[in-house]
Amino acid sequence: MKRYSFPHSGSALALPLASRRRFVQGLAAGGVLLGGAASLAERAWSQNGDTATGSAPVLRGTEFDLVIAELPVNFTGTARVATTINGSIPAPTLYWREGDTVTIRVTNRLAEATSIHWHGILLPFQMDGVPGISFPGIAPGETFTYRFRVQQSGTYWYHSHSGMQEQTGMYGAIVIEPADGETIRANRDYVVQLSDWTDDDPMRVLAKLKIQGDVFNLNQPTVIDFFRDVSRDGLRSAIDKRQMWNQMRMSPTDLADLSAYTLTYLMNGVTPAGNWTALFRPGERVRLRFINGAGNTFYDVRIPGLKLTVVQADGVDVEPVTVDEFRFGPGETYDVLVEPSQDAHTIFAQAMDRTGYARGTLASRPGLVAPVPVLDPVQWLTMADMMGGMDHGDGGMASDMQHGNHGAPMDHGAAPGHGTSMSHGAGMNHGAAMNHAAHGQDSRAPATARVRHASTEYGASTDMRVDMARTNLDDPGVGLRDTGRRVLTLADLHTIGGPIDPRGPEREVELHLTGNMERYTWSFDGLEFGRSTPVRFRYGERLRVILHNDTMMSHPMHMHGMWSELESPEGRFQVRRHTIPVQPAQRISFLVTADALGRWAWHCHLLFHMHMGMFREVIVA
Amino acid sequence: MTNKYNLLTATMTVLVLSGSAFAQGVPAGAADHGAHHGAAPIPSERASPPSEAAPTASDPPSVAPAPATREQPAMDHGEMQMQGGSPPPDARDPHAYSDGFVRGSGKYSLEPGFRLRLGDEHRYGALLVNRLERSYGKDDNATAFDAQAWFGTSYNRLVVKAEGERSRGALEHARTELLWGHALTAYFDAQLGIRYDSGEGPNREWLAVGIQGLAPYWFELDATAYLGSSGRTALRLEAEYELLVTQRLILQPRIEVNAYGKSDRERGIGSGLSDVAAGLRLRYEITRQFAPYVGVEWVRRYGETEDLAREAGGRSDDTRLVAGIRFWF
Repeated sequence: MKRYSFPHSGSALALPLASRRRFVQGLAAGGVLLGGAASLAERAWSQNGDTATGSAPVLRGTEFDLVIAELPVNFTGTARVATTINGSIPAPTLYWREGDTVTIRVTNRLAEATSIHWHGILLPFQMDGVPGISFPGIAPGETFTYRFRVQQSGTYWYHSHSGMQEQTGMYGAIVIEPADGETIRANRDYVVQLSDWTDDDPMRVLAKLKIQGDVFNLNQPTVIDFFRDVSRDGLRSAIDKRQMWNQMRMSPTDLADLSAYTLTYLMNGVTPAGNWTALFRPGERVRLRFINGAGNTFYDVRIPGLKLTVVQADGVDVEPVTVDEFRFGPGETYDVLVEPSQDAHTIFAQAMDRTGYARGTLASRPGLVAPVPVLDPVQWLTMADMMGGMDHGDGGMASDMQHGNHGAPMDHGAAPGHGTSMSHGAGMNHGAAMNHAAHGQDSRAPATARVRHASTEYGASTDMRVDMARTNLDDPGVGLRDTGRRVLTLADLHTIGGPIDPRGPEREVELHLTGNMERYTWSFDGLEFGRSTPVRFRYGERLRVILHNDTMMSHPMHMHGMWSELESPEGRFQVRRHTIPVQPAQRISFLVTADALGRWAWHCHLLFHMHMGMFREVIVA
Repeated sequence: MTNKYNLLTATMTVLVLSGSAFAQGVPAGAADHGAHHGAAPIPSERASPPSEAAPTASDPPSVAPAPATREQPAMDHGEMQMQGGSPPPDARDPHAYSDGFVRGSGKYSLEPGFRLRLGDEHRYGALLVNRLERSYGKDDNATAFDAQAWFGTSYNRLVVKAEGERSRGALEHARTELLWGHALTAYFDAQLGIRYDSGEGPNREWLAVGIQGLAPYWFELDATAYLGSSGRTALRLEAEYELLVTQRLILQPRIEVNAYGKSDRERGIGSGLSDVAAGLRLRYEITRQFAPYVGVEWVRRYGETEDLAREAGGRSDDTRLVAGIRFWF
C-alpha cells in the first residue's frame, strides 16, 4: 500500500526541509484572502479574512460581468499579490449554452492593460482577446464588451493574454452545454482546473531564465550519478550514456523550465495541502473536466485505483478510451469519466519534471483522504527524444524505450472523411512545398516526410536541429514509458464524427519549433516573433500544417480561431484539437480549414516560451 | 626553466587552437565554409565523414532517408549535424508563407501604436560576480574580484568585465573591459570593445576583440586579444568547467593565461607568456544565486614577468587558499 508521502525533494538540499515542504505543499488554507462579504469595489485588505478554497464560483446565463483586480493571496505562507477575475482563483466558471449569444463585460481595475482570451472558442477575431492582434487590450479603468455566438460545446477555459497575468491568477473554466442537451451521462460533474503558482514575480523568473537557462533544474546529472552508473553498468556504458549530451551541451533532464523550486501546483486553486475535494455517492459516475491552466507545467494525471475513461479532448467528443493516466500540457483539456470504487481516491497530477504535484480527493464524505502516491523518479530523455526516429511509422525506437501499453488499434477506417479522393479542383496552389506520392490515387498522401529546415535555423537562435524526426503518435512521452500503467497518447484519440471538412489539404506549410536553452530564446524556424512575418492562410482553403520539433522539450501548440485536425502518420484524420502537444524530436501534421477571417495568434502555450518568441501571427484573408 | 616555458607555450597554443576550433565547430553564417555543407568536423566529434543531411529532390518524398545505423546509446550520428553548420542552398525560406503580409499593418491589423511586443524584443541584464574572495598565500593576502555584467537582447549586448586584486590596502591591478557582444553562433558571442588596466604602474588602454561562450563538453571559454598604444599587444585566455558533485555542491576548475607582445616593465609585465593562474573552487549553492566557496589557486609567472617579480621582491609562483562568494542577479 502506498504510503502518504511528501514530494521527493531528493537532492534539492537548500531550503530547510520544513519550509521547502511548506512551499511545495502549500498552506492548507492557501488562496485568495477575502475581507468578509465586501463587494469587489470596496474590498480591503483583511488580515483575518477567510481564504477562498474549493471550487470557483459559477456564473450562468448570457450576460456576464467580470472585474479584474489585484488581490492579496497566500499559498505558501508568504503573502503575495495576484491578478484575479471577480476575486477568485480560479476565476468564476462560466456556464454557456451552445447557440446562445453571450455578452461579457470585462472591467479592468489593474494599473496596467489587461485582456481575456477565450481558449479554444470559435468567434470573430476581434473578440479573441489578444492585445496587439485582436484588439488594443483593455486599458486600466476601461470596460470592454465581448459579444459572440457560442458555436460549440464542451469544456474550455479563459485566461488573460496580457503580460504574465495568466501566471498570477487570471484563469477560469468555461463549460458549454450542447444545444441538444448533454449526451455524456454522469451523476456528478466537476471542473478540475490544474494550474501553477509562483511567489516570485514571473518577470523576475523570466529574467533569471535569461541569465541561466537551467536555473530551476535541480535534477541535473551529477558526479555521484556517474559513479552510481559506473558501478551498475560499467565505465564504458556510463560514459556512453552521457557522451552525446555533453558534446551537445544539453541536459538530459531538461523536462521543464520551471520546477517546484519556484512553483506550487494547484488543483482548482487549492494547494496539495489544501486537498481540493470532490464528493460523490457510492455507485455514481463522476465526470471530471480536467483543464491544464498552468503557465509552464505538463501534468501527468492519474487516480490510483480508478481507470479513467476519456470522452472529450479539447472540448470535442472522442471515442471513449480507458486509460490509467494521461499527460497534458498548458491549454489542453480532457473530460474523463470515473466510477469510484472506494470511499476516497486521490486525484494525483504530478509535474512532468517530477519535482512536485497537484492533488485532490474524490471522496464519499468530506474530510476523507486516500494515500498520495510517491512521485515517480526522474527519467532522462532518451535517444528518441534527442534525435527522433530511426524508423518511421512503427513504434520501434531507441533500445531503451518501450511502450507496452497500447492495446487500442491505431487505424479506424470507418470514420468518414478517410480515403476519399483529394479534391484539388482549380484552387490548387504550388506555391509551397508539396509532395504527392499518391497523386491521382484515392487515398490522401501523408505529410511530406522530407525535412526542410528553415535557413534561419543555422544561427545563434537555434541550438539543435533534428534531421530524422519521429512521426508516431503512440509514445506516451519521457517518464511514462515503462511504468506499467496504460497512458493516453494522441494515437488513442479519435474524434467522433470525423473531420469538420472532408477536403484534403490543397497545400502544405512546414514550420519548425526551435530554441536555444543557453540564451533562453524560443522561436519558430529560428525566428522569434519580433523577427517574424505572418503566416497567411487563404480564406476558405484547407491546408496541412507540419510542425517539426527541433527542440528537446514538449510544446503544446495552440492556434487561435480555427481547429487543428491532427493526422496520423499515414495521413488519416486522427483527432480535432485546439492545443496539440508536440514531443521532442517529433514531427506532426494537422489540417486546418481557414474559415475564420482576421489575424490570429499561434503559439506554444508554455507561457515563457510564448513570451520569448515562439509565437506567430496567422492572417486569414 | 626553458623546458617548462616551452611546455606552457605549447599548452597555450593548444588552448587557443582548441578554443577557436570549438568556436569553428559550431559556426553560423558568419564563418567561412567554402563549398561544403557544414563545418570541418573536429576529429573527436565524428567517426565518419559528414555527408549531405538532406535528401535530394529526386528522392521519393514519402520515404525517409536511410538511417546510418541502428540506435545505440553512443550511436555514431556522423551523417547528421545537429548543431551549427550552415544552411544548404535549398533551405526553406521562413518568410515564404507571408504572401507579402507584415505584422502590425495591412488587412485586419490594428491601428499603429498597438503592435504586440513580446519578451524577445525586451532587454534583459545580469550581474554575475564569479569570484569575490580573500586569498591566502605566501605572497601577501589579497582580495580578488571577478565579475561580468551584461545588458541587452539575446543577440546584442553591452558587456562589462571587471577583474582585479587588492592587497596591502591598495589596488594591485584591475582590468576593466567594456564590450559590445554580438551572438555569432548558438553558443558563442563575439566581443569588441576596450580594456582599461589600472592599479600599480601607469594605466593602460587597449582595444579588445574576442569570443566568449560554451564549448562542447561544457567548457566555458573566454579568449580575447588586445591592441594597446605603442604597439602593445596582449592575449588572455580563460577556461572554466563546472562539475556537479551534487545539485548544489559544484566543483569549478579554472585556468587563466595572459601573454603580452611587448614587455611593460612599469607594470611588472614581461613579453611572452606572462602568467598562468589555475584554480579549483568548490561552491555550495545556498540558492542558485548565492554560493560561498573555498578553493585553491596556483599562480605562476613566466619569463620576463617572473624576473621582474623577483626583482621587486616578490615570488615567481604561489599556491593560495581562497574563500569567497559567488552570486548573481
